[in-house]
Amino acid sequence: MRKLLLLTIVILVGIVFIARLFYLQVYGGYEYNVFEDSAIKKEYNYPKRGYVYDRNGKLLVANQPSYDVMVIPRDVEPLDSIEIEEFCTHLKITKEDYFKKLDRATRYSPRLPSPFVAQLSKIDYAVLQEKMRKYRGFYIQKRSLRLYQTTIGANVLGDIGEVNRSIIAKQPYYNMGDLIGKQGVEKTYEKTLRGVKGIKFIQKDRFNKDIGPFQDGTLDTLPVPGKDIKITIDSKLQAYGELLMKNKRGGIIAIEPASGEILAMVSGPSYNPNLLVGRNRSKNFTKLYKDSIAKPLFDRGLQAMYPPGSPFKTLNALIALQEGVVNTTDKFSCSLGYRYGNRKMGCHVHRSPADMNLGIYESCNAYFANVYRKIMDKYDSPAEGMDIWSKHIKSFGLGNYLNNDLSVGQPGKVPTAKTYDRGYGKSKWYTTFTISNAIGQGEVLATPIQLANMAAAIGNRGFYYTPHIIKDIEGESIPENFTTPKYTTIDKQHFEPVVQGMFDVYNKGTAKWVQIPGIEICGKTGTAENFAIINGEKTQLTDHSIFVAFAPKDNPKIAIAVFVENGYFGSRFAGRMASLMIESYIKGEISRTDMEDFVLRHTLKHEYAKPYSDEPFGINRQTTLETVSPEEYQNILQIKANIPKE
Amino acid sequence: MLRENQRRFKFDWITIIIFLLLVAFGYVNIISASHVGEITNYFDMGQPYGKQTVFIGLTFFLIILILSFEAKFYERFASIIYIVAILSLLGLFIFGKDVNGARSWYGIGSMTIQPSEFAKFATALAVAKYISDLQTNMETLKDQIRVAAIIFIPAILILLQNDAGSTIVYLAFFFVFYREGLQQVYLIVALALIILAILSLKYGLIVTSIIATVILLVRYFMRKKKRASLIQYILVLAISIGFAYGVKLFYEHGLKPHQQNRISLWLRLEKDPAKLERMKKAEAYNLIQSEQAISSGGTYGKGFLQGTRTTGKFVPEQHTDYIFSTVGEEWGFLGSSFVVILFVALIIRILYLAESQKSQFSRVYGYGVASILFVHFTINTGMVMGLIPTVGIPLPFFSYGGSGLWGFTILLFIFIKLDSNKINEW
Repeated sequence: MRKLLLLTIVILVGIVFIARLFYLQVYGGYEYNVFEDSAIKKEYNYPKRGYVYDRNGKLLVANQPSYDVMVIPRDVEPLDSIEIEEFCTHLKITKEDYFKKLDRATRYSPRLPSPFVAQLSKIDYAVLQEKMRKYRGFYIQKRSLRLYQTTIGANVLGDIGEVNRSIIAKQPYYNMGDLIGKQGVEKTYEKTLRGVKGIKFIQKDRFNKDIGPFQDGTLDTLPVPGKDIKITIDSKLQAYGELLMKNKRGGIIAIEPASGEILAMVSGPSYNPNLLVGRNRSKNFTKLYKDSIAKPLFDRGLQAMYPPGSPFKTLNALIALQEGVVNTTDKFSCSLGYRYGNRKMGCHVHRSPADMNLGIYESCNAYFANVYRKIMDKYDSPAEGMDIWSKHIKSFGLGNYLNNDLSVGQPGKVPTAKTYDRGYGKSKWYTTFTISNAIGQGEVLATPIQLANMAAAIGNRGFYYTPHIIKDIEGESIPENFTTPKYTTIDKQHFEPVVQGMFDVYNKGTAKWVQIPGIEICGKTGTAENFAIINGEKTQLTDHSIFVAFAPKDNPKIAIAVFVENGYFGSRFAGRMASLMIESYIKGEISRTDMEDFVLRHTLKHEYAKPYSDEPFGINRQTTLETVSPEEYQNILQIKANIPKE
Repeated sequence: MLRENQRRFKFDWITIIIFLLLVAFGYVNIISASHVGEITNYFDMGQPYGKQTVFIGLTFFLIILILSFEAKFYERFASIIYIVAILSLLGLFIFGKDVNGARSWYGIGSMTIQPSEFAKFATALAVAKYISDLQTNMETLKDQIRVAAIIFIPAILILLQNDAGSTIVYLAFFFVFYREGLQQVYLIVALALIILAILSLKYGLIVTSIIATVILLVRYFMRKKKRASLIQYILVLAISIGFAYGVKLFYEHGLKPHQQNRISLWLRLEKDPAKLERMKKAEAYNLIQSEQAISSGGTYGKGFLQGTRTTGKFVPEQHTDYIFSTVGEEWGFLGSSFVVILFVALIIRILYLAESQKSQFSRVYGYGVASILFVHFTINTGMVMGLIPTVGIPLPFFSYGGSGLWGFTILLFIFIKLDSNKINEW
């Protein structure tokens, strides 16, 4: 017995120790992850974010260095109150902020770095850099922020901001505090622009001192610099478009028909992209975001869906020719409108009867109602006709997402037989139910970019390139989708009469007073009725002014869609602005200064105030034109003078 | 010539191989735990691993020396060796050098020697010598007191030199005494005292008293023979409660603050979060760092020189007392279990050999060797993996240091020599 005491204890101790080791290392152990090892410092090296140039090589977006104070809560050692006070003074925060921020970071993750104070000023950084060693668990991370070389194109260029948790959950590349493209090209070309951050693993000792590379630096990676991109925007045209849009709301989209490149993409009201850089980003962003009336963050050129109105008639003419239901000389009479059953679609005073040319340039509703019926009646049932018609319309890029490289977009709407089956019941509807589609009202909705693309397809006589914003990526080719023509369902020969009609809109039709000497422009005016809910009642507001055009008539260089909210009839604002844009782009200077002055001098702010005035107000015919204040006018002239000439 | 060869091969090679494995693996871990920057020269005397290279080299001369003496020499000179060891401990009070608050070193040039490491085998020899004397009977109180004196003299001298950890090691001889006939009652009393001490610290005097009373009452009414009277039971109870009170008093007033905190951490007595936070940076710091290092090793470990906490020197004293945490981090569960198994195997092997000795001197000495190794191994690894309160003693054959390595080598190889001679015993 006596012999066994020590032997038993030795064996017991052996078992207990191995059990303890098992508990520590296997059961409680975890797969080694260098990112979770507090003995290894992870030093991120953020590469230069790619620059953004306009189509002519003008630098739009560059970088500036920025310094964030980051924290890894687990590594923080409690500081005494004097140390905290000193630290807070350097950071320009209060003591309460210190604990609040630390608490927030801990709740996110005790192990992972979180931004503590973002974007120090250069002076604060210089002072703090020397002292950081004292504050264990904190370190300074260098990043690059954007530096805009321009005040235009906020909606095009977009901005970068800190990633949030849901992004990190989906894309583990990002760490807390990293910057990511939030809007515009920054968002769509995030991966190209950002490059790949490099990482250095550094062995620390228990005094938090670096003692050399971890595993001889074999795990370290070098940062891959972001690639520069060239966008299709013509910054001069963009600036001019934004100038014209001052004091108005709406969108302008200009496309180069031969390539689908977006030359200008204006949304009004706009804002200075520099507002969304640096420490004030979130404050300014919230302000822009909360403006639910002017909605500056809502890109009207891409996201606003409206009934396209008269410009849509050109498509109906093309479909009718393609389907062979009319020829260009077929005439239809118009007596101030088109009667069907006991209802009437109104029209204005013009010569009657109208052939296709007259129908287009006088924008005759009766003509297109007849044409539309002929298209539908060609087929055995309204449903079949509707689907054929719908297919033609959609071939112009309407009714669906354009599938391009813009960060936002809307599909618009093109009805099919199903749309009406759902509304009225299967086969319980007739062509007259859908007759508004003839004149671009009814169930059709389109965004300005879709209309501009439609104009480009007409200008090209039957095809278009998906409108896109990327022109060139450093060392990469642009997606094939953007260089492949998309053909419409209309044969080439049917376009000439319609193009002629659109040319005559300028020649002798609704846009004859916005002509530009020396440029053959083809266009089409439009208006869109629109409504707002005021005190629970659907109330009609002044029509939106719409204009769609391309120029020159042959081999067009520019296709454009302009829409101005509550701008009333098409040529009043949109037509003028479209002509000016075309002239600016093609000629490089403005000869119709009278027209330019009209646009710059007038404001629609009074119109936008009406629904919020709590008073009855008049629309359309009852509206007046208002001019901007002399100071604002001077301001506008100043902006105009600042647009570079070349 | 042939006879000579046969003699040499009578050494217990199992023990020697385990010894070599421990020294080699220890060396590998000392390199990991002590290197700074790149390792260019394994003989770099400016680095602990460089010195250890030399220490290990010298160990082999030492082994040859020990084995070349006659086995009888150790028995004959046991008393003299013991006296020399005691004198060297006494000499520390005059010539000693303070290192980390303990006056347990002689400085010779740049080298330091720690006599307490050598006092262990000397004491083991003396104990063996005394017990194996034909006149000694471990069941008599007189011999018990004398043999206790043999271990208490060095133990107290070492305690006075502020090296409480090494003192505890002398308790190892209890196992030797028990093997050699110490009454069972000592074992029961020792166990009872340990339980009483822990109970009184952890749950307080009242709970301890109640438990003691209940146990004694049960025993009193369940007793079969009326050997002991009620008075005796009450006396035992009074002594128990008195002891528990004494432990509490000693804990609160007799211990130094850091010792108190170590026990408080072990028994999880401290509830004040602010104080715990402070302890995390002081007494608990090593413990936390060492446990983290071990846990981070996982099943397979990070590999030689790849331990991030080892490289970063997160565990203070990692190449000496905390060397086992390096094993844990770099060699994982497999490596550290291997070390545990090596030690257990070594101790069992020595016990087996001790029991097979014909001479009582050799058996008692072998038991002493096994007990000393066992206490060192248990306290050191137990502490490093957080099972036992912090006691600063090295892991035999593993920890950095010349005195320790030599002390243990002499301790072990005297036994190997004695064992090799057992055929000649009758």
